[in-house]
Amino acid sequence: MIAVAATTAAERAELLTFIPLAVLSVVTAIGMVTSRNAVYSALLLVVNFFCLAGFYVLLQAQFLAAVQVIVYAGAIMVLFLFVLMLLGIGNDEVMSETIPGQRVIAGVLGVLLLAAVVVAVLEGGLSGGAGDLTAVNQGGNTQAVGRLLFTRYVFAFEATGILLVVAAVGALVLGKRRP
Amino acid sequence: MKIGTNAYLLLSAVLFTIGVVGVLVRRNAIVVFMCVELMLNAVNLSFVAFARRNGTLDGQVLAFFVMVVAAAEVVVGLGILVAIFRKRSSASVDDVNLLRG
Repeated sequence: MIAVAATTAAERAELLTFIPLAVLSVVTAIGMVTSRNAVYSALLLVVNFFCLAGFYVLLQAQFLAAVQVIVYAGAIMVLFLFVLMLLGIGNDEVMSETIPGQRVIAGVLGVLLLAAVVVAVLEGGLSGGAGDLTAVNQGGNTQAVGRLLFTRYVFAFEATGILLVVAAVGALVLGKRRP
Repeated sequence: MKIGTNAYLLLSAVLFTIGVVGVLVRRNAIVVFMCVELMLNAVNLSFVAFARRNGTLDGQVLAFFVMVVAAAEVVVGLGILVAIFRKRSSASVDDVNLLRG
């Protein structure tokens, strides 16, 4: 079902790229959650973001892959590391549980959530082709996304602009030292 | 045959679940934020997978908006975190369980 017999060379290449990237992304995600040191968590998350950029390329979303690397792996993770360094690293995270049995309950709930989503995906009747964006991406993925962004979604685009301004002003107010 | 949409959706579900468990288990507020980012990225992956399946770019535009909102959220969240740390010199989510400062 997942590891279907690959026929052409291009499809075999996609399969051979997908499987290592999938394994790497899951391993780095688990490592991020389990690592005691917050800096290791941040660095593992950067690797995870690069894996996702690889998936975006496989899914014919080249623009999003570039944005993923620039915005997430670049800007957001630098912000995270900056705050980590600012607040002092100290891995003094208390390992006692606030609620008795918190980790066990969290694990059970996680497994239940995963089971529910997996069943929903497999029962969703999503059989058949994986789709193709070659025709839509004719003349460039970035151009096509930009055209959509400035026509059908122009209102949402303006709204996110306002959101970013408000967030910047809010961060400024929060970060200001009060006399 | 190409890798189906299902493979990407299942991977997205696994990453999302890891993020949920991380939010429930970890105490360091910065790591909790990172787990939220992981969940947002997992959902983005399924958006992009659905975009290819449907043969339109709307999913990719939506994923782009999710990235913008995530950036704004991180800026404000980390600002709040720094403000709390100045007051309490602690980044544990259990130390801020009261509404009053």
